[in-house]
Amino acid sequence: MTETASPAGKPGLLAGIRTSGAYHRLLAFSGLLVLMVVFSLASPNFLQTANVLAILQATSVNGVLAIAATLVIITGGIDLSVGTLMTFCAVIAGVILTFLGLPLPLGVIGAILAGTLSGLISGTVIAKLKVPPFIATLGMMLILKGLSLVISGTRPIYFNDTPGFNQIALGSVVGQVLPALPVPNGVMILFLVAIVISFVLGKTALGRYTFALGSNEEAVRLSGVNVDRWKIAVYGLAGSVVGIAGILIASRLNSAQPALGQGYELDAIAAVVIGGTSLSGGRGTVLGTLIGALIISVLANGLRILSVAQEWQTVVTGAIIILAVYVDILRRRKL
Amino acid sequence: MFTRRTLLGAISALALLTSGGAAIAQENYDIALISKGFQHQFWQAVKAGADKAAAEFGVTVTFEGPDNETQVDRQLDMLSAALARGPDAIGFAALDSQAAIPLLQQATDAGIPVIAFDSGVESDIPLTTATTDNIAAAAMAADKMAELIGGEGQIAVVAHDQTSRTGIDRRDGFVNRIAEQYPNIEVVSVQYGAGDQLQSTEITKSILLANPELKGIFGTNEGSAIGVANGKREVGSDIVVIGFDSSKAQLDAIREGVISGAITQNPVGIGYETVKAAVAALKGETLEPVIDTGFYYYDATNIDSPEIKAVVYE
Repeated sequence: MTETASPAGKPGLLAGIRTSGAYHRLLAFSGLLVLMVVFSLASPNFLQTANVLAILQATSVNGVLAIAATLVIITGGIDLSVGTLMTFCAVIAGVILTFLGLPLPLGVIGAILAGTLSGLISGTVIAKLKVPPFIATLGMMLILKGLSLVISGTRPIYFNDTPGFNQIALGSVVGQVLPALPVPNGVMILFLVAIVISFVLGKTALGRYTFALGSNEEAVRLSGVNVDRWKIAVYGLAGSVVGIAGILIASRLNSAQPALGQGYELDAIAAVVIGGTSLSGGRGTVLGTLIGALIISVLANGLRILSVAQEWQTVVTGAIIILAVYVDILRRRKL
Repeated sequence: MFTRRTLLGAISALALLTSGGAAIAQENYDIALISKGFQHQFWQAVKAGADKAAAEFGVTVTFEGPDNETQVDRQLDMLSAALARGPDAIGFAALDSQAAIPLLQQATDAGIPVIAFDSGVESDIPLTTATTDNIAAAAMAADKMAELIGGEGQIAVVAHDQTSRTGIDRRDGFVNRIAEQYPNIEVVSVQYGAGDQLQSTEITKSILLANPELKGIFGTNEGSAIGVANGKREVGSDIVVIGFDSSKAQLDAIREGVISGAITQNPVGIGYETVKAAVAALKGETLEPVIDTGFYYYDATNIDSPEIKAVVYE
């Protein structure tokens, strides 16, 4: 996966951030490994293939959402609408496939376009109308939640008439080649999204401006760059990634559940933060976010397998989030 | 709430830290209950019933549920983690029964008996369903309403929704009983307030203003009943109100006489019967397809009796 890059920085500073980024990912990754070792020792059921696949499956939706959130957070913004936008995209897929009876690819494309469009709207409200991202996306969160309920008639839309729809997330192309390792397609899609977005962040102009906006937006503006356009583009890209999450969750549930979604943005943001992306912007990696999302899933799954009471699961998860960010702060103080 | 469960949780957490992973004794069945919710008092009462049965039959029970009743995928994650743990039996209250079927099939394939509770699963996988007979419960509310208004006059229903199983059953159970048994009573309005107190209050006020002769309203769940009571207070009406389920607000309203009485399900019984059925299934006993967990009518006269105290919650 690609490295964190800070185009605004001098070569020396750039190198420093590179090493620190790698260091943090190493740290988060060691955290993930420690958790896995502890759970494996505590329960023989943890490291079974079926359970590891279940953990990956549980990570796929939150992972994709968290990658979308990472893009926005690197610009120094925030996107509270990812959860309900995901649902909205799922509902759009339901309208296209179940209500209109159109072919499967159109449903997928429609959901992703709906996500992109919504992202572009959020981006425009933020960049052009100067509404702070927190407020703009809070508003979008509610608008999309309401629209999902209105469009669906407050009832789940099932995909029973679209054979193969639930194979998007639940089927396994890998399993056809390697029967012993039936990795669900949803997980492969997560990895694919991670690779593509890593590439965008590391190797394209959009990626460079994403980091630049988060590091010093004013400097970018003064150097004659059309800041608004790039910012809108980042939100649009994040929206299309959320559209993919919408397809994944609809496929997994074989239905678009219109009331679902609120609260999912917080899990996505938690994954981003655990993965070492700074909420103040300018710094972050997709790989870190992926590890963050895995830590959340492993923790939830492991504690359940050990039959830890749910109240305590919540306490432990909260403590891990604070710990992860504190370790990050300690590390930056030493720089 | 410092119960034995909390303690068990703390001990398990400790076991985790010391990487012990307490081995489970041989005959001690491990039963995983995946519910529709967790924090709500109703589900905590179901959990209390499950814990009671666990202590009685000497089995281990875990109880989990998503933060709210929309999180279908989170419930599936809980179910698959429970499956990975390899429990002896599973109790499941489906948020969306269709979405859960592949995982429930996995359980059956692994020889793990599945008991449904609260709401059914549209498949033949669960060996039985422990639930309230909502039609019969609402019919009992209709009988009480008829008795309290003297067998004649206009009444109305403020229901929680028109799509969920409980919403449909409670409305129909009530309306049909009135139509069949009480020819002099007319249901003039059935409206839906989503179980939301405020929305139900507004609906109640409009019903009361539109029907000055109205003698009574049935609120089909906790939020609806509180809404009806609030609407009655705001308008200054003296109609008969029959509620459903329980809460601190509803118990207080019954003590004050704003609500005449209410039907309570037996959430403790739902939890208890689920675990009991799981144990019976593990011992190879045959089970009835539906276990009616019962319901009670309570009012100011019996609200403090031990049998009602055991099933209502604040």
